[in-house]
Amino acid sequence: MANPLRAALILAARDIRAELRSRTALTSALVFAALVLVVFNFARDPTRLGVADLAPSALWITFAFGAMTTLNRAFGIEKEHGALDLLRLAPMPREAIYGGKLLANLAFVFVVEAVALPLFVLFFNRPIWHILGPLLLVTALATIGFVAVGTLLSAMAVRTRFAELMLPLLLLPFMLPPVIGAVQVTARLFADRPLSEVTGWLRLLAVYDVVFVTISVLIFPAVADE
Amino acid sequence: MRPSDGSLLTALDIERAFGARRALAGVSLVVQPGEAILLAGPNGAGKTTLLRCLAGLARPTRGTVHVLGRALRVGDAASRRRIGMVAHQTWLHDDLTLLENFSFAARLYDLPEPRRVALAALEGAGLLARAGDLPPALSRGMQQRAAIARALLHQPDILLLDEPFSGLDAAACAGLRATIGGIIARGAGAIVVSHQPQEVWEVATRVVALRAGRVVLDTPKVGSAAAGIDELSELTVG
Amino acid sequence: MIADRARGRSITRRGLLIAGLGLMLLAGVYVLALRFTPMEVSQGLAQKIFYLHVPAAWTSLLVFSVVGITSAVYLWLRDERLDLFAASSAEVGVVFSIIMLTTGPLWAKPIWGTWWQWDARLTLTLFLFFLFVGYLSLRAAVPDPGERARYSAVVAILGFLLVPFVHLSVYLFRTIHPMPVVLKPSAPSLPDSMLRTLLIAFAVDLVLYIGFVTARYGLGLLAHARAAELEDRPDA
Repeated sequence: MANPLRAALILAARDIRAELRSRTALTSALVFAALVLVVFNFARDPTRLGVADLAPSALWITFAFGAMTTLNRAFGIEKEHGALDLLRLAPMPREAIYGGKLLANLAFVFVVEAVALPLFVLFFNRPIWHILGPLLLVTALATIGFVAVGTLLSAMAVRTRFAELMLPLLLLPFMLPPVIGAVQVTARLFADRPLSEVTGWLRLLAVYDVVFVTISVLIFPAVADE
Repeated sequence: MRPSDGSLLTALDIERAFGARRALAGVSLVVQPGEAILLAGPNGAGKTTLLRCLAGLARPTRGTVHVLGRALRVGDAASRRRIGMVAHQTWLHDDLTLLENFSFAARLYDLPEPRRVALAALEGAGLLARAGDLPPALSRGMQQRAAIARALLHQPDILLLDEPFSGLDAAACAGLRATIGGIIARGAGAIVVSHQPQEVWEVATRVVALRAGRVVLDTPKVGSAAAGIDELSELTVG
Repeated sequence: MIADRARGRSITRRGLLIAGLGLMLLAGVYVLALRFTPMEVSQGLAQKIFYLHVPAAWTSLLVFSVVGITSAVYLWLRDERLDLFAASSAEVGVVFSIIMLTTGPLWAKPIWGTWWQWDARLTLTLFLFFLFVGYLSLRAAVPDPGERARYSAVVAILGFLLVPFVHLSVYLFRTIHPMPVVLKPSAPSLPDSMLRTLLIAFAVDLVLYIGFVTARYGLGLLAHARAAELEDRPDA
């Protein structure tokens, strides 16, 4: 494969097509996201905690755990019957394998977020049109951050005995900086604070993304190659 | 030491060890065009490990593998294109149809007109009618046929097969032997790992036996299955 | 990896000797801290935990960095001894990290009136603990030794890169949301006597680390030697 990007896209297209047919990862993630939002609504004491205080956290916990549910299915080796070997046997550069999986996972998680966000607006009654642009930006930046690491970690976790436990255990520390940043920005956006207040956090998120996507691409061969 | 000219695959002094465990200790093997090698040995002898090293799926701790004169390396697409493999697992994605699985494989190997190539391969394997089916809907024999057809999609010069006869009925076994015969007839080479040598005996041209990570036998196949297999078990099990 | 029992045993012995020395020195540090270092005016006796907590925190961070860097070198050189050393360090490091996590609240409660605070330092200590636990759990869950070495090396390197981000995120978080604090712990400018005790405690912790990691490494070599002997036994 002369072009790693093209190879990655071919792999991502295959994974997306497969998921569209079975829809197992998406369905479970969406159900989970809806559940979290509902629980949040009932789990607060309305006399003490206003919806406004809880909203950013509710949104980001939904996104974060929805992503984790999706990622757990990502490298679903049992469904592919060892197909990582097929990819490695073929003249496919290792970066393209990681890149393809990353693109597919991002697509899945963005879909979950795209459904969870309107649900959130519905349940929490918060208008977001006026801040949609910056909100989408911070969502994209934070999501890329933890999906990049999550894709790499799930490639390893899926080969252990307790895969579904191992991935959250390994991934949670890596979710902290993106989620802190995302919640800070989201809270300010909801409070109609000027954009200048959030640029610092956005910069931090962007740097996190660059560092961890790069390191994941570089280090993936150590995971993939025996 | 330069690899022998004309060989399809040359493996020299392959070692694979980590810590105390030595899966392979100095294995050398040459595959010439038209050879079908039976790789025999008891469980745990290192047959699968060796096959994976030859396929480039596992990196030997020492030793080299050359395919058609080129060193087999992760980055070297040209040598990888020459290898096809049928493993324990079918490598078919359960959520994609046979046609989609094959088209993907064709794209992986940069074949022009991937869909047409996929359809032709399915037809050749007698699976065209099932092209729109998902793998779980197929019988084990059909899945294996599909796996083999997919491995041959890019017309490799060397086909590596790991226990391909397991789970197949007599008719399917005969069909597989015929396929292997066809491959070597056109000048390619095959290595078949089997711990049931009688399945492959007919079509094999050479017998290599492993025991505890070492080659204990490497000889052209002569004589009947019964005699040969007796000798094999003596050597490998002791 | 060439491992023979004699070498494994001698290394283990050396390690235990150093560790033993370290423990004696540790006792000495306690005497130093309790009797020969002045009492901190506002915090009283509880402040003495400081001499246990802070060096443990520094040591955890240092050990974690060692694991991260050793892992990176392992991926480059693929020398199994580096993997064994990283794993041994992680096992020792997690102990220091547990000490740090348990002494933190013990100190915080009398001083701040609360068991925990999400300030940059304590949160970082918690994260180091999670990263150590993740590393060790992954090692326990992967049976193949080559795969185990590669995977844990990857996690160690990622974790090592994560640390500055965690620190920065929490620091930014905290400066924007200052929590009510009764008393500020460890003032930036320490009187010399306290600083001296602190540094001595840190040095002793390093001795303990070197001792225990050497012993653990030696035990690892012994385990390899034993496995190698089993391998070479002729088939029954």
